[in-house]
Amino acid sequence: MLEVKNITQIFGGVTALNDVSFNLEADKITGIIGPNGAGKTTLFNIITGIYSQTSGTVHFLSKDVSRLPAEQLAGQGMVRTFQNVELFGKMTVLENVMVGLHSRTKSGLFSCSFKMPWAAAEERKIREEAMHWLQFVDMAEQAEVQSANLPFGNGRFLEIARAMACKPKMILMDEPAAGLNSQETVGLAALIRRIRDAGVTVVLVEHDMELVMDICDHIVVLNLGQKLAEGTPREIQDNPEVVAAYLGEE
Amino acid sequence: MKKEQLKYILFALLVLITPFFFKESYLLNVFVFVGIHTILAVALNLLLGYAGQISLGHAGFFGLGAYISAILTTTYGLNPWLAMPLAAIFVGIMAFFIGFPILKLKGHYLAMATLGLGIIIYILFLEWVELTGGPSGFAGIPYLEINGFAFDSDLKNYFLVWGFVLVVVLLSINLANSRIGRAFRAIHDSEVAARVMGVNARLLKVQVFALSALICSVAGSLYAHVMTFIAPTSFGFNISVELLTMVVIGGLGSIYGSVLGALLLTLLPEFLRSLQDYDIVFYGALLVIMTIFMPGGLVRGIPELFRKLRRSSGVDKDGLHA
Repeated sequence: MLEVKNITQIFGGVTALNDVSFNLEADKITGIIGPNGAGKTTLFNIITGIYSQTSGTVHFLSKDVSRLPAEQLAGQGMVRTFQNVELFGKMTVLENVMVGLHSRTKSGLFSCSFKMPWAAAEERKIREEAMHWLQFVDMAEQAEVQSANLPFGNGRFLEIARAMACKPKMILMDEPAAGLNSQETVGLAALIRRIRDAGVTVVLVEHDMELVMDICDHIVVLNLGQKLAEGTPREIQDNPEVVAAYLGEE
Repeated sequence: MKKEQLKYILFALLVLITPFFFKESYLLNVFVFVGIHTILAVALNLLLGYAGQISLGHAGFFGLGAYISAILTTTYGLNPWLAMPLAAIFVGIMAFFIGFPILKLKGHYLAMATLGLGIIIYILFLEWVELTGGPSGFAGIPYLEINGFAFDSDLKNYFLVWGFVLVVVLLSINLANSRIGRAFRAIHDSEVAARVMGVNARLLKVQVFALSALICSVAGSLYAHVMTFIAPTSFGFNISVELLTMVVIGGLGSIYGSVLGALLLTLLPEFLRSLQDYDIVFYGALLVIMTIFMPGGLVRGIPELFRKLRRSSGVDKDGLHA
């Protein structure tokens, strides 16, 4: 599904990622973990086309997407959420999700201005489907709330709904549990499982180990810009190198 | 959806009946300019209020429309109705190509670049004397006419200009409430998130810049034919700033706000004549007061004010919770 090959990223003189490679299988939940500064978010930004890597390739669904800019990846079926929750704050909750359907709709500047019949029909479809995704995360009641006024936890769920509206094949979540209370985290775990069961591959960067060990099928561990280990949650927990990286060596 | 249509019909009716209150007044002439300013303010609002990209050079596009129309019709004898779309298409295409490098810039840098663009265009009007007439202006521009019916009086021009306003406002509202309008606002709020959702921010920014310039050009053509005389000073930097003030005072990201902003800032000078040159102080004070007390502009500030008044007077305390 996703093949990351020999990714190296150098910022100025700092090597943020050094020759990182791994393959991810479809329909699984994969966790990318590692201590602070391991390069997890940098890796995410490279995979999702926000940064351009120094060297190495990314193949998604057997297609080379290494140099595709972020805006073209949604159309390929790859979408992400952000660590700091990047909502469209001045828009309503529903409108946020409606933007999620952008890559799957076509009306242009002129057909929208003149409200051509097909543009109007598409607009109705967008609204209906956006509502469907709001219900998916159980936020239909807040549809008309301005998204900047949402509590933080709801913002996270909204971001996931917006991403799901792209009908992705793979969704990457950057620290989805950060800032959530324990009850919300339980809801998040259930939601992530539902997303996987709907046939969407999930990749997440996360610090909440309990959550990671609970929901992930596969884990990749990064440390100091390099891949340290890879395997099932059980294998990772038993790996002495991983334990050393987290707890510090003698 | 229904509410949006109702608002528009109300607006159109207001436009239709207004001239009958000012029939004999010189204010009717002022209202013609309110109309032209409205078109410009709506165009700038699409760029600034929706897509969040500033321009301090929009008076330049306004001027280009006016001068191209003037030159094509007066010097080369072209039909004004043909010259207007020709000018608009030319300005739109030009803005499209200038937009690609310029809109890579953000914030203050974009402001500086568009400011420079506006000044270059202004200097062109001033210095290309054999074509534009230079600082002494360009006279003898024909009125627009349809089958011999010339738009040569204030009343006729009022309906001409406001007819265009109604079209521009309708199309802008359609656009704002569409997939593309949402994409503009998404770019405004978080460009990176918009891109991840598949919004081609780079292209859309250039498109809205070109569209905005094209609309300004149409306003310029109308201005030339209504005035029959144009001079570079009507398209200088201060006009760009005035347009910006209209959009901000009316309300960023609100089409009707721009109508209000244009109305206020075009009518005010008529009532501030007694202040003479000090009117600029008044504008400055107005802008400061507005940004402090009504950062959302008049369209959002006035309803908010009423709500506050009602709350503090306590008349409607129960009603608020109902």
